[in-house]
Amino acid sequence: MNDPILNVKNLTVDIPVSGGTLHAVRGIDFELNRGETLCIVGESGSGKSLTSLAVMGLLGKRLQVRADKMEFEGRDLGSMPQRQMQALRGDRMAMIFQEPMTSLNPAYTIGDQLCEALRLHRKVSKAEAMARAADLLGKVGITAAESRLRQFPHQLSGGLRQRVMIAMSLMCEPDLIIADEPTTALDVTIQAQILRLLADLKREMNMALILVTHDLGVVARIADKVAVMYAGEIVESGSAKEIFDAPSHPYTRGLLNCIPVPGKTKPGEPLGSIPGIVPSLIGDVSGCAFRSRCNQAIEACASTVPERSAGGEHKYRCIHTQLTSEVA
Amino acid sequence: MLAFALKRLGLAVLVTFTVSAISFSLLHLSGDPATAIAGENATEADIAAINEQYGFDRPFAEQYAEWLWNAVQGDFGQSYYFKLPVAELIADRLSVTMTLGVCAISFALLTAVPLGVLAAIRPNSLIDRIALFISVAGQAMPSFWFGLIMIVVFSIKFRLLPPSGSETWRHFIMPTIVLGYYAMPAIMRLTRAGMLEVLNADYVRTARAKGAGAGRVLFKHALRNAIVPVVSLSAVQMGFMLGGSIVVESIFALHGAGYLAWESIGRHDLPTVQALILIFSCFYILFTLLSDLANAWLDPRIRVG
Repeated sequence: MNDPILNVKNLTVDIPVSGGTLHAVRGIDFELNRGETLCIVGESGSGKSLTSLAVMGLLGKRLQVRADKMEFEGRDLGSMPQRQMQALRGDRMAMIFQEPMTSLNPAYTIGDQLCEALRLHRKVSKAEAMARAADLLGKVGITAAESRLRQFPHQLSGGLRQRVMIAMSLMCEPDLIIADEPTTALDVTIQAQILRLLADLKREMNMALILVTHDLGVVARIADKVAVMYAGEIVESGSAKEIFDAPSHPYTRGLLNCIPVPGKTKPGEPLGSIPGIVPSLIGDVSGCAFRSRCNQAIEACASTVPERSAGGEHKYRCIHTQLTSEVA
Repeated sequence: MLAFALKRLGLAVLVTFTVSAISFSLLHLSGDPATAIAGENATEADIAAINEQYGFDRPFAEQYAEWLWNAVQGDFGQSYYFKLPVAELIADRLSVTMTLGVCAISFALLTAVPLGVLAAIRPNSLIDRIALFISVAGQAMPSFWFGLIMIVVFSIKFRLLPPSGSETWRHFIMPTIVLGYYAMPAIMRLTRAGMLEVLNADYVRTARAKGAGAGRVLFKHALRNAIVPVVSLSAVQMGFMLGGSIVVESIFALHGAGYLAWESIGRHDLPTVQALILIFSCFYILFTLLSDLANAWLDPRIRVG
């Protein structure tokens, strides 16, 4: 099976705002094979969440989503009628959200909500659905699953709720799971557990996983592929090894400089930071969006920036072929 | 859930007793009942006789205890004015008021909730504007004026509906609309605001991510959470309709309990007024209790409180 499970070409998301159009996602490409983990990395407002919501077809009608190609298991998501999209969502592809505290409906029990995910797509009895729900709760590390099923979301902690969300996404054994910053709202100790759980489940069920995050530490741990997003574009992509061993875009280097490396970063030495803020994406954006914050910027950065290959899958979008010095 | 229900029930009973004690005291403090009954030209002896006949000369606590004991058994005494048992008098009038109240709140809910939901699905659309117009008009228009306009149009001009009385269901159509329209705007605005908030909630997005259809998302996931404050408001409105529908009852000459209360106060008909106050407050407390229970069923987080 060499056909990618998800193949996206030139995806754009435009948001009409009072001052014109906000080009939140500007022509990104990525593909993902069965069993692979793609991490989409970037800071707030880089368009990474919008990208994942666009794939799920969960963006409001006000937002304009366009793509030359957005294929999931060989079927074009862009031209798919609402009804078929609905049949795919939660069945073949599922999503886990950032905010476990508010992502479960307060009015229904955990069991009801888990069962709903299955019974929307399969003709099974409530009892069968409950049995599967209990089974999956056990799988995501929740003890006393039977009694949890009868509890309401407000009776569970954030970490437990995120485990419930993960179990819910697994109800129909999807081929693709999109996790949008699943650990951001959780305690650090819980974060590691949830990530390990996701990675284990992915391997066990041979699913593809898209993990949206701003945490490079997370990426290093579980990514097969990495896409670094900045201001609505993928500025660098490649295998995790390529990105971490040879970061080629100044922004990626800046991000990597922001995290301490044991043994390399000296105690008391300030960590790197990237000065400035993400530019406004309202109206036409040309050239490299990062140039205002980049210490390598030259005049040519304002014109069209080529996408360069650094060997293998590794690609980056920068005017320079070889960077002369460390960024920031 | 059962513990919650019992707790609320206990509270409701306590409130009822408090209300009965306060209303009984207030009425007896608001003037000497014997003097009022005896009339302007009464002699000292007349008043003394009345005092003895009705038992006003006895200690206050004793009077209250006796009244309450009888009231619990359904005996509210004799009306001073009608010379009839109060219970009988009220039962007759209350059925008119109850019919009107139930019809009016149903009318209000059946128009306000769908309109509020539609307005929330498409904020600032034409339907939202129309809903806003209807609710502002309803809030701004006094009931007596709207009632009279209805009579002019439907009874006098087109001769479709009877203008007054309570004999058939057709007599209730206009009062229902007038009274219901009064309660509708608040319910509609609250439904709209609640739905707008809930439709942006994360769990609604979760429901869509699961593959739930638009209708299921709207009714199963969103409305159930948005309707909680609407239930509370409706209970208050319903309680208000029973005791406060005097204006509407007067316009359409529906001789209901509200109208009777208003008349009885003017006539110093103490047993009737006392009984009505007790019954109105019981209904008020009952509706509040029912709405609390309904909300606890709708939203499990409330059950904890």
